[in-house]
Amino acid sequence: MMLRRPQWIGLALVLALTVTLLALPREATARLKLGLGSLFVPLFGLANSSRQAARNAAEAVLPRSALISENRALKLENEQLRLQVMRAEEVARENARLRQLFAWRQTTPWKLKLAGVVLRDPSNWWRTIQIDLGSRDGIAPNLPVLTTSGLVGRVGAVGLTRSQVVLLGDPSCRVSALVENETRDTGVISAGGPLDSSLVELAYLSRNADLKPGQNVVTSGLGGIFPKGIPIGRLVDAHSAEYGLYTVGRVRLAANLSALEEVWVMLAP
Amino acid sequence: MNWLRTILILAAGFAAVFWQAAFPSLRHWLGAQVDLLPPLMVYAALSSGLMTAGLLAFCGGLWLDALSANPLGVSVPPLLFIGLALGLKRELILREEPFAQLSLGLAASALAPPLTLGLLLTLGHAPLLGWGSLWQWLVMSAGGALATPLVFVVFGWLEGRLAHARAVETSFRPDREIRRGRS
Repeated sequence: MMLRRPQWIGLALVLALTVTLLALPREATARLKLGLGSLFVPLFGLANSSRQAARNAAEAVLPRSALISENRALKLENEQLRLQVMRAEEVARENARLRQLFAWRQTTPWKLKLAGVVLRDPSNWWRTIQIDLGSRDGIAPNLPVLTTSGLVGRVGAVGLTRSQVVLLGDPSCRVSALVENETRDTGVISAGGPLDSSLVELAYLSRNADLKPGQNVVTSGLGGIFPKGIPIGRLVDAHSAEYGLYTVGRVRLAANLSALEEVWVMLAP
Repeated sequence: MNWLRTILILAAGFAAVFWQAAFPSLRHWLGAQVDLLPPLMVYAALSSGLMTAGLLAFCGGLWLDALSANPLGVSVPPLLFIGLALGLKRELILREEPFAQLSLGLAASALAPPLTLGLLLTLGHAPLLGWGSLWQWLVMSAGGALATPLVFVVFGWLEGRLAHARAVETSFRPDREIRRGRS
């Protein structure tokens, strides 16, 4: 079949538009992407309500005895957490007193904002999610995003009502991290494998690093984006890389990135 | 019917992209999300022509990139290539045969990811790649292959509901009627 003249023109137009879009500056395409993505806003509610319906159905079939035992366990956990909060408050007061005594800079408390996860990246080669907070809620690029378990990633592009979050394990999300061992080894959290979203690499560790499986990995505070001390995960194993130049470890993330429903955005670290 | 079919195909492309982003259950079970745009492209190129295929490539590709971390427009050329290749050979393809639909869906779904990744790497991006990507490619190819005959069935049913029923031609022709008896 030969192409007719209008078909040639149509195809040439599509190609020309595509090439133009690919050549546009990053800021312009980010704005265009957010504009195009807002076409899906009316469907967000549909997705949320269908997920809620599935959750309600699962809860409806849960036996009463299971609910009672879960309630008991939660009450116990609540009591333990209250005691821990009391202790933490006392430690914080002591810390503030000591900082005042030594004239150290006071640390500001984290300002967090809860966001709902509305969409995930439809491609298999990126790890991003979309949240339902945007610039009108005070969200800005590069803010840390976490759950109660640990760090999740950082804010990427920001629209008026929603934002993109680049998750840990995505090639464009690198975090300076610290291993909680005696030598306090630091490295960089970089991309993991494409299949297992719970494992990431901790690269550029010293070749003499004292690493053991199970050691905690937290943010180091270097780089200026992520404040120090946010839990990232636990070390699984380590091996030397680049002919023994440095050590690379594998870290199992504390936050479950494949089951994110709500996340906290840290507004003022 | 042509415009209605084009609108239906574009609406299906929009819904497919939204489904891929909003319902990640397949990714949890199989480790990869199935891309439904290549199966739709097979249907568009074989049933509706090159203009619809071009429109689906452009709109579907842009919608997908808008929800993804892909640079805007990177998914368009692979889809357009698939649509063009199928559209130019549509007269030689037995598009009513489910096995042909399955094979074409497999080929289209297997071709789209490497073309997109090739384009991404050419443009200087660093997507998440590894040995696990091979498994993801297999899942995407198989999922796309299985989805293609379903797309044909769903659109066949929709067209049956929305289009005028085809006029039935009878073999009876009054001018050839043999008149019997005496007039």
